[in-house]
Amino acid sequence: MSQIAIRHVHKSFAAKQREVVALRDIDLDINPGEFVCLLGPSGCGKSTLLNAVAGFSLPSSGEISVDGRRITQPGPDRGMVFQEYALFPWMTVAQNIGFGLEIQKKPADEIAAKVGQLLDMLHLKDFRDRFPKDLSGGMRQRVAIARVLALDSPILLMDEPFGALDALTRRNLQDELLRIWSKSGKTILFVTHSIEESIYLADRIIVMTYRPGTVKRDQRVELPRPRDPSSAEFNELKRELGRLVMEEQQRHAADEMQVAAID
Amino acid sequence: MPARLKDFLQGLLIPIILLVAWEASARAGFFSAAILPAPSAVAAKWWISLLPAQPIDPASQSYVGWMFSGELIQDAISSLYRVLTGFVIGAGLALPLGLLMGARPTIYRLCNPLMQILRPIPPIAYIPLAILWFGLGNPPSVFLISIGAFFPVLMNTIAGVRNVDNIYLLAAANLGAGQWTLFTRVILPATMPYILAGVRIGIGTAFIVVIVSEMIAVNDGLGYRILEAREFMWSDKIIAGMITIGLLGLALDTAVSRLNNHLLRWHRGLDQ
Ligand SMILES: Nc1ncnc2c1ncn2[C@@H]1O[C@H](COP(=O)(O)OP(=O)(O)O)[C@@H](O)[C@H]1O
Ligand SMILES: [Mg+2]
Repeated sequence: MSQIAIRHVHKSFAAKQREVVALRDIDLDINPGEFVCLLGPSGCGKSTLLNAVAGFSLPSSGEISVDGRRITQPGPDRGMVFQEYALFPWMTVAQNIGFGLEIQKKPADEIAAKVGQLLDMLHLKDFRDRFPKDLSGGMRQRVAIARVLALDSPILLMDEPFGALDALTRRNLQDELLRIWSKSGKTILFVTHSIEESIYLADRIIVMTYRPGTVKRDQRVELPRPRDPSSAEFNELKRELGRLVMEEQQRHAADEMQVAAID
Repeated sequence: MPARLKDFLQGLLIPIILLVAWEASARAGFFSAAILPAPSAVAAKWWISLLPAQPIDPASQSYVGWMFSGELIQDAISSLYRVLTGFVIGAGLALPLGLLMGARPTIYRLCNPLMQILRPIPPIAYIPLAILWFGLGNPPSVFLISIGAFFPVLMNTIAGVRNVDNIYLLAAANLGAGQWTLFTRVILPATMPYILAGVRIGIGTAFIVVIVSEMIAVNDGLGYRILEAREFMWSDKIIAGMITIGLLGLALDTAVSRLNNHLLRWHRGLDQ
């Protein structure tokens, strides 16, 4: 049975003058332990769908359920990693990581042990008592990942988590994420607009269309891991997905021109 | 260090030139000592007022008590006591109200009109009412000071809560935070830079109000002392009192700014 069931999900926003249909009739089943990427140009509704699964903003119609329970609000069973890190700047690295457990009223020694373990795992030991402002982007994102890992939630939601990082740091964190994922067996729903990133990471890539956001292609990726971005198969898939994304990208561009003409 | 020392010496340059010019013109007799005494006379008066007036009486007072028994020190302590009491009351009421008004639109809609009407009334305008309600002595003074401290802290707290980045609220909700945790661990610290800016303004207002209120309702404190000195045309004492007010204000502001740097050590704007 699928773990995340997305059924006939619609979402529209009232924008000035017109209604923006961000999602139309999205139907997806995501299995436990699956690594799924949502891929598409900006504005195609990836974040909207992820936020609906997170419970931040519910669908206008349709329903999303996790393990058979309908989602109505955010919760620690679906840990979210944001592109802008969203670390609490007034908490140290260790306090940020331990905050979720603190909310669950876990005993202090248990929190300390778990935080210590995560600091080790994400190579953050030397930064435990630093504030986020002292960290680089890559380090901040490690802390954000550690913060949701502390929750031990079966599902991780990630919205372009590596989008703001330089290429090297990015590859580094991708490898780290894959390592964590393969050890923990978590389900990951990962938003990206990078075709290469999606092929490097995912079991399955959902290519989305631009306005309204629908599923354009549900693509399995069977390449063995670790994947080699210079291999022929990798690049063949990259070209194929590139073509799909480009079509949507062009519709996006045309749409922008039209909006500019109206304004 | 040498660079800082240089800055410091540079900052002293103009005050020293002014003092020398002032002293020289006083000695040359350009104006009467009753109007503007020489700085040396002011300094002498200041020093005398700082020292204990009576010889120590071991039977009734400790050495430390005697050390602080000088008139100016006693006045400074009285003024400081009023400022702090009034401030704690004013800010103590403003902070929870500001947090609620910022976070709950209904409470904002209920309270904001009244606040907007009361806010422009200068604390000084409450003096007659304060005396009517509280008589003379510390209470009216503390009342005025708390009004002076209340509004800056309130307005800044409201603005701060409204400016809390939504992403922190989402992140906290995602981690499972309930209302209370959200308030105390996310909204309050996120608002802290605004609150502390309000505190700094509030302390400044409180300090102005204390001097004025002491000229009316009480018979000690720095404000009272300079007014009293005027009755006798002791201009050296007036200026000595004014300098003390300046020094105490500087000390208060420095203390608040230290507190600020400590509480906001996580804040981006403060790294150096
Ligand atoms: N709160 C909102 N109000 C109005 N329109 C929105 C809102 N959020 C998203 N949209 C619109 O919905 C569409 C999808 O947005 P989003 O999910 O953020 O796209 P993506 O994450 O793929 O870049 C965009 O056209 C965007 O303008
Ligand atoms: Mg997005």
